Amino acid sequence: MSIGILKAGILDTLQDGGRFGYQYHGINPGGAMDIISAQFANLLADNDKNDPVVELHFPASVFKFNEDHLIAITGADFEPEVDGKPVPLNTSIIISKNSVLQFKKYKSGARAYLAINGKWKINEWLNSYSTNLKAKAGGFKGRALIKDDVIEIAASSWKINSEATTVILPVTSDYVSTPIPDNVIRCTEGQEYDRLKDSARKILESTAFKITSQSDRMGYRLMGENLSVVNNEQLLSSAVTRGTIQLLPTGQLVILMADHQTTGGYPKVAQVISADLSKLAQKRANEEIRFELVSLTEAETALIEQFKTFHLHEENIKSQLKKLRT
Amino acid sequence: MEPIISPLGDCALTVTFGSSINDATNNKVISLFKVLKDEKLPWLRDVIPAYASLSLVYDGIMITSDTKGSAYEFVREKVRELLGKLIIKNGDSAKAIEVPVCYDLSFATDLADMSKNKGISINDLIDLHTTKLYKVYMLGFLPGFAYMGKVDERLATGRKAIPATNIAAGSVGIAGEQTGIYPLNSPGGWNIIGRTPLTLFNADGVSPCLLQPGDMIKFKPVTLQEFDKIKREQ
Repeated sequence: MSIGILKAGILDTLQDGGRFGYQYHGINPGGAMDIISAQFANLLADNDKNDPVVELHFPASVFKFNEDHLIAITGADFEPEVDGKPVPLNTSIIISKNSVLQFKKYKSGARAYLAINGKWKINEWLNSYSTNLKAKAGGFKGRALIKDDVIEIAASSWKINSEATTVILPVTSDYVSTPIPDNVIRCTEGQEYDRLKDSARKILESTAFKITSQSDRMGYRLMGENLSVVNNEQLLSSAVTRGTIQLLPTGQLVILMADHQTTGGYPKVAQVISADLSKLAQKRANEEIRFELVSLTEAETALIEQFKTFHLHEENIKSQLKKLRT
Repeated sequence: MEPIISPLGDCALTVTFGSSINDATNNKVISLFKVLKDEKLPWLRDVIPAYASLSLVYDGIMITSDTKGSAYEFVREKVRELLGKLIIKNGDSAKAIEVPVCYDLSFATDLADMSKNKGISINDLIDLHTTKLYKVYMLGFLPGFAYMGKVDERLATGRKAIPATNIAAGSVGIAGEQTGIYPLNSPGGWNIIGRTPLTLFNADGVSPCLLQPGDMIKFKPVTLQEFDKIKREQ
């Protein structure tokens, strides 16, 4: 069973929840930028939520399916079409042998996720299937997908029993990750938050920042009003995480994302809360965001609430698929 | 200084032991690092040693599902408990790893300039690099990039104002009081004084990285012929 790449996308890589346990080697976790969407795609494709998925940027690859496959597409809306006909996002879909999946037009978001039911025949590297582009390891041959790539997947039990080319299953998820205004990103104070002058704190908490075009899986370079500090002392390098907001010597900010380096020496003025990372991952260059400072307790609570909601939807999808299987 | 524990986002925390690069402080970091690695705690996703701090990345959801309380407070308590009975171990010089380096000018692209700027001969600079024993304080920046130190102050050189765009894998460099080896081809600002034939990072290896935090290193000068021979054996 396999899928083939008829045309390469700008950056399509295999990702999962990331590679943990090796940051002391300088090997960063990586993983899907929008982990929530990646997990939902897997659930809708009747996979384990942490199975590998293809993370797509726009313009995305064109895929050919060499057998019937149960798939799901979540995250950004790139207007997916199977053999020229639109298919819905956030829905379980069985597509037939020889179908071609294309992404016609950019509509919203930044990263889409394609999950395919079954076990990918790719090599695990250090307990994960995520692609580490720096190390050229993990995922599919340690690199992005290119034209003529063929990826093997173990046989799926989901087949089309009719002449239809595409079957949309009545299994969908209307999960919405956060109820607060769309461009607000909650964060907690960073270890060097105290270095910010009062004026800088006001700027951080009440003005908008633009995501510049120098933004990618490693980090988002922001543009906004300059932030001044009371203390300019050099910092020793120390660990950073996805969501760490660093203050550069220029007075501008950078938010570290999935492919961040494990350590850094710039002041860490704030940290995006874990519950808002998936939302941030769907922001693109030239979009604006605002920060809202919250307490650590609020951050922890938001994460647990997100997990509880996710779990409800997970159970719902699993039971819907179970009914269809019988 | 009493170690300070502070949050690093909502799923990690940092234990800070000091604010400068020195063996005594880093020994505390490495000692706690080794204890945590050995404990095999199910909620601990990563432990990241740095010069003077150690960070723990944890599974907040797993902890809160069990304890119903703040994941940060739970991990902080565990760290305090371990700090209370921590035995500080020094680097073991007896187990020093010998790293062969060829200082030929074809590899050592910044050595001639350094010699001119400092008024110290190239051979003397090489001696200064090879006669000391160095500690691996931490890995970071790239898979397998070991930050080592401290170099003799006569050899110490600030990072280059304009970084090179493509430094060859194996290149040995100096940045301030630190010395390090680029494990992969990479842009970088360190002053390059030689190259090692050893493989620092191998994705397919049993352990992907040759050097580990806490290791003791000695550089050994080799000729171009010896360099080629060792390279072929890798």
